[in-house]
Amino acid sequence: MSDDWPLFEVFIRSRSGLEHKHVGSLHAADARMAIEHARDVYTRRSEGISIWVARSADIVASDPEEAEALFEPARDKVYRHPTFYSIPEEVKNL
Amino acid sequence: MSASPTAATDDDRERTRREALCRYVLRLGDTSLVLGQRLSEWIGHAPELEEDLGLANLALDLIGQARLLLGYAGELEGQGRDEDALAFLRDAPEFTNLTLAEQPNGDFGRTIVRQWLLDCWQLEMYQALAGSADTRLAAIVSKAVKETRYHYRFSSGWLVRLGDGTEESHRRVQVALDELWRFTAELFAPDEIDESMQAAAIAPSLTELASRWSSRIDADLASATLARPAAQPYPWQGKRGVHTEHLGHMLGEMQHLQRTYPGARW
Repeated sequence: MSDDWPLFEVFIRSRSGLEHKHVGSLHAADARMAIEHARDVYTRRSEGISIWVARSADIVASDPEEAEALFEPARDKVYRHPTFYSIPEEVKNL
Repeated sequence: MSASPTAATDDDRERTRREALCRYVLRLGDTSLVLGQRLSEWIGHAPELEEDLGLANLALDLIGQARLLLGYAGELEGQGRDEDALAFLRDAPEFTNLTLAEQPNGDFGRTIVRQWLLDCWQLEMYQALAGSADTRLAAIVSKAVKETRYHYRFSSGWLVRLGDGTEESHRRVQVALDELWRFTAELFAPDEIDESMQAAAIAPSLTELASRWSSRIDADLASATLARPAAQPYPWQGKRGVHTEHLGHMLGEMQHLQRTYPGARW
């Protein structure tokens, strides 16, 4: 049956977390079933309070072949990190 | 005028009430236990890994309900039997589950039909029992009703999927429905225990429950493009300890370890 069922990626938001995190993938016939499966497979130990599922086929990913072109140029631009600025004492919670 | 005859009558009445409540709670617990055991037979055999986990989750919920209910029944009985003694050391005629719960799994579609019929029943039953005059019972079912809402979502979803699916899946669930339907009359056939519990405001009216159950069943059957079988009035007597031959075989497996090695722990 798995051959007929598309793959879904599962994202769970934990009780304390603000964002949904990718936790894995599973097979399901449609979105409703994917939510149920995700509930049974990934939230058995109270890991989450919200579930997102998305068809794996609908996710557009960057090409590993292009990794150099995409990510290398940022490597030598350390000045983009905010570590070069001194923070005034009046500023809190930055 | 002596006070003692009245006191004795009150004691008798209290004992009778307690015994009836014990039977009533035992029936609810046995139905959950037997259904949970049946579902757990799917572990490692379900058509999909995800469904395997799903059915096991349902089974665990039901066995959890059974633990609470049987534990309470044991206390009411006052013979020192705990949940394990009640689950593992009783013979089939002492089990008081609904006959539908003990019916074999068959194929996945048949398991879904059995589950859906009982989920609809438990959902109505637990929602009503949440307002029971017996606060302990009300507390137990208040937890169980949340689980049951998910069980119903699961089983009704599959019923529609299979009923309104392929020609083969439709045929299979319709056959299962036709075969299992004869056990549904028992769900709403009150006996003296049900009546005394209803009179004490501990249990709901089964007649009212039946009409709500029936409309839910009809709505789901319409979505699933399945036909409701004709009414079969003869009620089975599982809750009075009269079972189909299937329960004994199931208990043989379930109780094997405790019967062979009494008191074994691990």
